[in-house]
Amino acid sequence: MPLPADTDVSTPRYLRDKYAIVGVGETTYTRGSDKTTRALGTWALRNAADDAGIKTSDIDGMLSYSGNDSTSATFMAGDIGARLNFYMDCVGGGSSTEALIGIAIGVMEAGLCNCVAIFRAMNGFSQVRIGGTGARSATPVGGDMLHNRAYGWQSAGQMFSPTFMRHMYDYGTTPEQVAMVKVVHSEHASNNPKAYYKKRYTVDDVLSSRIICKPLHLLDCCVETDNATAIIVTRADRAKDMRHTPALIRGVVGRCNKPRMDMHYQAGPIDRVAGYYARNILWPNAGVGPEDIDATGAYDAFTFTAMLQLEDYGFCKKGEGGEYVSSGITRLGGRRPNNTSGGHLCEGYTHGMNMVIENVRQLRHDVDDSCPPGADGKRQHTYDYREGGCRQVKDIEVTANLGWANPMTTSGMVMRRG
Amino acid sequence: MSLQGNYLGMSLSIDDLDHENLTYFGHCARHNFHLQKCDDCGLLRYPPTTGCPWCASPRASWTAVEGKGEVHSYEEVHHAIQPAFKSHTPYMVLLVDLDTQKGKPSEHEALRVVGNLTTPEGALAPPDQVRRVGIGTRVRLVFSDVAEGLSLPQWTLDATAKQPDQPWRYPQE
Repeated sequence: MPLPADTDVSTPRYLRDKYAIVGVGETTYTRGSDKTTRALGTWALRNAADDAGIKTSDIDGMLSYSGNDSTSATFMAGDIGARLNFYMDCVGGGSSTEALIGIAIGVMEAGLCNCVAIFRAMNGFSQVRIGGTGARSATPVGGDMLHNRAYGWQSAGQMFSPTFMRHMYDYGTTPEQVAMVKVVHSEHASNNPKAYYKKRYTVDDVLSSRIICKPLHLLDCCVETDNATAIIVTRADRAKDMRHTPALIRGVVGRCNKPRMDMHYQAGPIDRVAGYYARNILWPNAGVGPEDIDATGAYDAFTFTAMLQLEDYGFCKKGEGGEYVSSGITRLGGRRPNNTSGGHLCEGYTHGMNMVIENVRQLRHDVDDSCPPGADGKRQHTYDYREGGCRQVKDIEVTANLGWANPMTTSGMVMRRG
Repeated sequence: MSLQGNYLGMSLSIDDLDHENLTYFGHCARHNFHLQKCDDCGLLRYPPTTGCPWCASPRASWTAVEGKGEVHSYEEVHHAIQPAFKSHTPYMVLLVDLDTQKGKPSEHEALRVVGNLTTPEGALAPPDQVRRVGIGTRVRLVFSDVAEGLSLPQWTLDATAKQPDQPWRYPQE
């Protein structure tokens, strides 16, 4: 397919489309997995290898991320019979997936290994609660944490809310507009048999759910689930031998930041998020712009986070995010659907990887909805997006994932159909 | 010497080698608000750091700063995460632009000092006060005494300041 002229590039052009995601895998999205993160992780890794059509022993590089709530690659590798030439376990949550894909490309390009599996395994509901309740909430408060946790300013929602509130003040963004993020993602989830929440919600449902931390209602917040997710990245020329159409990686930006990471509220307009900086790396690296994107995966830890990222990555003008997410653009059948799996708000919480997995499947034109398979074994997509129906985006060619750690840190990635 | 204390049932501590925070909270314990002022570019900064975020100079001097300002943004916590705060909901976390150095080094910057909305005595504010505060509210700095030598800076309504007719509040009450 034609893409815009390649100008102002910081990634060497020969790296575009040179690497691909060839396998994706996940466990069920559940609450109460009754399994260790080690067992969940190896389950997802086996699924990803099977999906790629490779043996798990073909994996020779491994990357993972966690908030010290998971199992290291050193335990996973042996359990899947892989001898690794490279591995690295990183600390981090949201925004890690795309950043680690960039690292995977780098280490393969440097000749360290040939086939990298990236996983995130977590019991985000039954062990270390992602919302910060349970063991995490009662930890002693020391040193620099006195400037936040001592004020009851600790969980993700609490830490981000001054950004969300100021956006409403500066731009007149309304609760009804923002609630549409949940509404739309819940519609998508209702067509995703593996989503943890498949129920469709209305704006009224969101606004009448209880306040957690103003401006966040319960239904503005994502789910907490137990699950593992994995993807396999390798060179595109090797992808030809694999089971599915590869998702070629056009370009990546990884953990790009606002200034003053010690307390980002000290700098810049506080309702500007790191996408403001990241867009100047992502789009030139990928050689495309927002207008070329057919579907997005804008991280929805909260309704607001998806909106803010779409705005600062340039999918609409600054301040018009509320209008963008409530206009129908982001809905299946709209110009540029967002989080067609239901995302973190509905499918399950994985710190970003399920949104990459979803876009890989979209680019294969074989997303796992309820459409019946045809004679060739592939689903015959109807493009009827009513409840329980199809969620395949028609003729999709290019996707963007916009990962979020917090208002100050983001990662992004553009993929195209191989 | 390290600092330790118990605040609302939370254990707070500062290590004896954390000189920046020890100095900052040491001033707070005497109910003085001090920030580091860069010896080279002259800009103040918050919270304490080991170098100037604006010019990278490691040299700074602790300087008294007036604790007055305006609410830049806020949140209202109804579902507390930490056990310490569960009996105090709804409580407010305020991000306050100090009058000092507002709009420097660029129009978008300010010394944005975090604190809860409290009474003048430093106790978490009751619900009727929480409902009166929003973006634009004028506040002044007070302190919550935690232990000997350890106090937290907090914000309370500035009774002497001219308040906006109606501060901006989240539209759904």
